[in-house]
Amino acid sequence: MADAAVKLTKKDFESDQDVRWCPGCGDYAILSAVQKALPELGIPRERHVFIAGIGCSSRFPYYMNTYGFHTIHGRAPTIATGVKVANPELCVWVISGDGDGLSIGGNHMLHVLRRNVDLNIILFNNEIYGLTKGQYSPTSKVGTVTKSSPFGSQDYPVNPLAFALGAGATWYGRTIDRDIKHMTGMVQKAPQHHGTSLLEVLQNCIVFNDGVYGDLYDAKTKKDHILYLEDGQPMIFGTEDQYALVLENYGLKVVDRDQVDDSDIVVHDVRNRELAFLLSELERPVPVGVIYDRERAVYEDQVHELEQQVIEANAPGDLAAVLRSGTTWTVS
Amino acid sequence: MTEPASASQRPIKQLNKVIIRFAGDSGDGIQVLGTLFSTETAMAGTDLSTLPNYPAEIRAPAGTTYGVSSFQIQFGSTEIFTPGDHVDTLVAFNPAALKVHLPDLKPGGILIVNTGAFDRKNLEKAGYETNPLEDEELNLRDRYRLLTVDISGQVARALEDSELSFKEKERAKNFWALGLISWLYHRPIEPTIEWNNKKFGKRPAIAEANVTALKAGYYFGETIEALHETYDIAPASLPPGEYRAITGNVGLCYGLIAAAQKAGKHLHYCSYPITPASDILHELSRHKAFGVRTLQMEDEIAAIGAAIGASYAGQLAVTGTSGPGLALKSEALGLAVIAELPLVVIDVQRGGPSTGLPTKTEQADLLQAMFGRNGESPVVVLAASSPSDAYECAFEAVKIAIEHMVPVVLLSDAYIANGSEPWLIPDPEALPEIHAPHPPAVRDADAAFQPYARDDRTLARPWAVPGMPGYEHRIGGLEKQDGTGNVSYDPDNHEKMTRLRAEKVERVANDLPPTEIFGDPEGDELVIGWGSTFGAIRAAVAARRADGHKISHVHLRYINPLPNDLGDIIARFKKVLVPEINGGQLSMLLRSRYLVDIQGFDRVRGMPLLQEDIEHAIEQLLEGN
Ligand code: SF4
Repeated sequence: MADAAVKLTKKDFESDQDVRWCPGCGDYAILSAVQKALPELGIPRERHVFIAGIGCSSRFPYYMNTYGFHTIHGRAPTIATGVKVANPELCVWVISGDGDGLSIGGNHMLHVLRRNVDLNIILFNNEIYGLTKGQYSPTSKVGTVTKSSPFGSQDYPVNPLAFALGAGATWYGRTIDRDIKHMTGMVQKAPQHHGTSLLEVLQNCIVFNDGVYGDLYDAKTKKDHILYLEDGQPMIFGTEDQYALVLENYGLKVVDRDQVDDSDIVVHDVRNRELAFLLSELERPVPVGVIYDRERAVYEDQVHELEQQVIEANAPGDLAAVLRSGTTWTVS
Repeated sequence: MTEPASASQRPIKQLNKVIIRFAGDSGDGIQVLGTLFSTETAMAGTDLSTLPNYPAEIRAPAGTTYGVSSFQIQFGSTEIFTPGDHVDTLVAFNPAALKVHLPDLKPGGILIVNTGAFDRKNLEKAGYETNPLEDEELNLRDRYRLLTVDISGQVARALEDSELSFKEKERAKNFWALGLISWLYHRPIEPTIEWNNKKFGKRPAIAEANVTALKAGYYFGETIEALHETYDIAPASLPPGEYRAITGNVGLCYGLIAAAQKAGKHLHYCSYPITPASDILHELSRHKAFGVRTLQMEDEIAAIGAAIGASYAGQLAVTGTSGPGLALKSEALGLAVIAELPLVVIDVQRGGPSTGLPTKTEQADLLQAMFGRNGESPVVVLAASSPSDAYECAFEAVKIAIEHMVPVVLLSDAYIANGSEPWLIPDPEALPEIHAPHPPAVRDADAAFQPYARDDRTLARPWAVPGMPGYEHRIGGLEKQDGTGNVSYDPDNHEKMTRLRAEKVERVANDLPPTEIFGDPEGDELVIGWGSTFGAIRAAVAARRADGHKISHVHLRYINPLPNDLGDIIARFKKVLVPEINGGQLSMLLRSRYLVDIQGFDRVRGMPLLQEDIEHAIEQLLEGN
């Protein structure tokens, strides 16, 4: 897909529309990271398509100077599937949020992941409904106080990573809106995967859920709360790399690094699905980076390959002949 | 097959047309029997119309009245418009079938009953306290020409030497009955033998058993006294050419493929299984050689979503469903309206509301198609009137959708979908080209691209698709600014866009052919219909005209927009009757549009309208003069 002749800049991807998110919203950083990441992919602008559902995040396509389609609540994966099957040459992005992608559109998220359509889904997870002015979302922790849950929310939240793995996701990454560099890198990695890439961005809604990821933002302490994953690297974190993860009782356990043998520290393997499931259970530290990456047959490839096989085996269809197939008779 | 000499020893009576109904358990192979008989008589040159009728349950409990499956056919040497009202011959495979269908048999009609299934258990299941065949009060023997025969026993005897299991032999019952009926009506059994040998080529024991049973039934006719005459129906004078049988669902598929070819596009058919539309998905999934892509999506919403995506990406997008599915698609259909993308939504209507009558026919989704969305959300609405008309309608739906950049809802129904009729095979090459309003591949660099600029004549916006350099733009469900397509909350702009979207649909009428009137261009009564009631209305109007009444018939393919000339046509008649299989939905539309006191004739029985009922309604309205 890469086209070396094209060298674009961040500016080329900025549309002329005024960005209308609340001042201080994490969405600005994500927009900027995407606009920065895209020129590096070497894909001509007209081949990028941004498809969004409904929600604060879903206004995203209006701000990208590419093809864009702001669709309806929860359904962006279905429309993106149609686009990608119709034209596999396109680099198709889906912009969604926790409400859009995991509540009203949860069914489509499940099926797009299992089909493994070659899409890049960016899931803005702010654990709240922003555009409808602050109700708890399917990722809100139990007890979240919002307009629709003044006594604290009661619904048990969905775990996006475990959900995606269960649905058969082939690529899952996570990043944080405050870490522009990491985020830009992750946005660039997502399209490298052939198949559905689901990039979860932990995003702060400054108006309705400010500070939900507070520990991950505090410059002094964040390293004690974030696990930066690298394929083939041991799982070590902390301001002084003082913590490590080891396996215990079929789970990952945080230990002081100097308490264990280096050989006991779990080494990240993006191809290991069981390990990805273990990471999905980890509450602190929060794992970021490429959590899982495995190739599997891609839906639109299969559709097009089968079509080619049939055409090669039977020659292109002849409609006049098909109309005459089966029993016919002549009236003279 | 050469006819045995003895057949001619009985008198052969010439008939103009005949109505036969086969009825039995869902497992008795009734639909296969009916379809094969249809082919036999079609190949003998008669015109015909069929009505398959089967339960919603896949394997309803055997022997029950609600598990009865039936197939009705009318065939004749004159033009046949409907499967007929009351039947001349009823073949009942079990007591339940007799119970359900006997009321529709004409007095003195031929009644063939399989006594092999008339045991106590089956009689009980059908709700008979005594055996109706021996019931003196019911007196079947005097009221009808009754032929009782143990078909199961006959088949068992004919297949004595077959290696098949008892159960497998039993399955050949429908072939035996087909043989007998083919003998009775002088229909050729060769097409059936040919079909059978092809179908069961890999299982010769079954193929052989079916042919043996078929012939046994055929020769059985010779040996019995009960039927003292046989019948022949001369070929109809149909337009010359090559014919085949077509069902509405298959007709739609061929029309869509033809349209994709004329538009130079891949057909993307995105759907979710639903009765009675699933056969469209089945048929199209076989035609990959035409570049047809069938996406079986996770639900109705995903199906229309994928279609909208394919349309946005520049291909021909179609989604198909039935009423409950159309309800689920309504929000997304509104998106296609505001995004002004070409899209065809097929609704094969069935009885509603809710799950309703999944396998039965109804026309009650008309207003849903017209208005079943939030906001002012106009779409083009077309309706197919017969299985062969489905081919043309599908093509036209695509042509309108693409050339006018507008969603089109195409209404069919269960009766059209499953019913079959002879079809003079058309030449797909003779269809007109379909011109997609794509902007030039290289953009004029001086002018800013306007995704909501409009064609002067049609008001269609340009179809710039992702991948075309220089045309990058954003569309979506928020109100669009005229021209630029930017998001706009401006009140005047919203008013303007609302009216533009409506006018774009209205302007489709400028491309429509003049409305055809059957009968005189003016008179005492105009009957207006739409959809699958075509045959029944046409037959009824023809019959009343033959009696000297000044009645005409207009059958609408275009419901939104209505044809420009319809108002004038209506004004030339004293009275207007609108028969429909709903509560009066087209009547409501026509009344509000033309301020004419339209008389509705509405029935919602899940069944096609009967010709005699329409004749009666015509008569009543005339008398009210
Ligand atoms: S409501 Fe929250 S998520 Fe939405 S734009 Fe404002 S800060 Fe961002």
